[in-house]
Amino acid sequence: MTSLLRVENVDTYYGLIQALRGASLEVQAGGIVALLGANGAGKTTLLKTVMGLLEDQPDKGEIFFDGQPIHGRETEDIARRGIAYVPEGREVFRELTVMENLKIGAYARRDAIGEDLEGIFRYFPRLLERRDQWAGTLSGGEQQMLAIGRALMSRPRLLLLDEPSLGLSPLLVQEIFDIVKSINTDGVTILLVEQNARMALSVASRALVMERGRFVLEGSAEEVAADPDVQEFYLGLATEESVKGFKRYRRKKRWR
Amino acid sequence: MDILGNLPQVLFSGLAAGSVYALVALAMVIIYRTTEVLNFAQGDMAMMSTYVGLGLLVAGGLPFFWAMLGALAFAAALGAFSEFAFLRRAKEPTVLGLIIITLGIEMIVFGFASWKWGGDPRDLPTPLSPADVVVIGGVIMSYLELATIAISATTISALFLFLNRSKAGLAMRATQQNRAVARLMGIRVRRVEMGAWALAAVIGGIAGLLVGPATTVEPYMMWDPMMKGFAAAVLGGMTSLAGAALGGAIIGIIENLFGFYVSTAFKSVVPFAAILLMLAIKPSGLLARHYVKKV
Repeated sequence: MTSLLRVENVDTYYGLIQALRGASLEVQAGGIVALLGANGAGKTTLLKTVMGLLEDQPDKGEIFFDGQPIHGRETEDIARRGIAYVPEGREVFRELTVMENLKIGAYARRDAIGEDLEGIFRYFPRLLERRDQWAGTLSGGEQQMLAIGRALMSRPRLLLLDEPSLGLSPLLVQEIFDIVKSINTDGVTILLVEQNARMALSVASRALVMERGRFVLEGSAEEVAADPDVQEFYLGLATEESVKGFKRYRRKKRWR
Repeated sequence: MDILGNLPQVLFSGLAAGSVYALVALAMVIIYRTTEVLNFAQGDMAMMSTYVGLGLLVAGGLPFFWAMLGALAFAAALGAFSEFAFLRRAKEPTVLGLIIITLGIEMIVFGFASWKWGGDPRDLPTPLSPADVVVIGGVIMSYLELATIAISATTISALFLFLNRSKAGLAMRATQQNRAVARLMGIRVRRVEMGAWALAAVIGGIAGLLVGPATTVEPYMMWDPMMKGFAAAVLGGMTSLAGAALGGAIIGIIENLFGFYVSTAFKSVVPFAAILLMLAIKPSGLLARHYVKKV
């Protein structure tokens, strides 16, 4: 069985700074894969590299979608093959209406989109109320919903979600993640980049941990959640305390 | 002479001149909004298209309508070619660099036209002579002026419909707002940008074909309308299509008012005085929306 997305030994540079160091990853069709890691670990860079958004990158390595090589291709072509990317910070078209934002999501398609619009409004009823408003006038949570809805309008097979919880209230985060789950149940494979490790691990079937531009840990969501390093550094479960009650960060991360 | 009695006449002539400025302004705004580039070649690209129309009409012997259509087809090709051959070649371009490239295109086009067709002014014969007039309510309106206003209004309406109702127009607006995300939607942004240049060149070309019969066809013919059109675009806020159209009409009218009531000698200076005033009072322009650009 071929995997839906396969990244092999990818190096990506920003000028002289190397952001990805031989990163490899496989995403099988069907599940939700969570991608964890601290700031600057290379999570967003990986997604941007997959989408071909970084000019002349990846410097080395290969990326396959559904068995076909996509590295070095134009972003437009990669998107048209069935990968949708919801960028960090929403990035809706602020001066287009909600409806226009959704329509532009289906730009590359030729068939009717009425059914898809109904589907989006079923996931996000609030977008229906605001469909003739400029997207720039929506709240942060509504913009996130719109960004996800816009991505779904292309009927993607793989959805790359970059920090969907960024800047949202806990209640809204829960709402968004519930919908992410049901989108996956409806048949879209999801690669989820998230700082909120607890939330991400609760919906994911598999998880990967990135540090300094490479993957250091991979497994089912349960395995990763049970890893002592992940517990301490990502989930914040302290395991030992000194006599005086100060936390001592002696522990070495074994993958450095 | 009745001062106020002449007012409608002055306003009408101003509107006729202003509708040409509006077209030039719209052409500049389309390119500016898509690529943030000020296209200083806009006027001379229109001049060259007008020469091509004249050639098709006189030397080619085509009927008037088809010659003009041919001129606009040439304009579209010239616009698309300029984007493809010059602007797209810039590696990691800065906006200033691209603007300098448009100045280069302007010099090439102007030089070519001067060499090919010479500096002699020529007439562009039209079915509508400036001498044919109709008098409505004491205002003398030439058929040419009426046609100019009608054609401009039609072009502007068609442009608004295209941008707001068609899928290609939607793609153009999306590309203007966020190029990278537009690519993520599968929009081929380079084609959109090339299309924007072609569209702008056609609209500029229509302006050229309207200026030609009113004055003469010569290499310098578009310099004045181009500057006034630029002024109109700034007055309207550079990013607003409605503002550009309105700015064109306003500049045409105040220029004519000043010319009639004060002095013809300084007529051309007035629009720029209006811009200085505008930039001092409301720098974002008449109709520009507050557009927060993400850095």
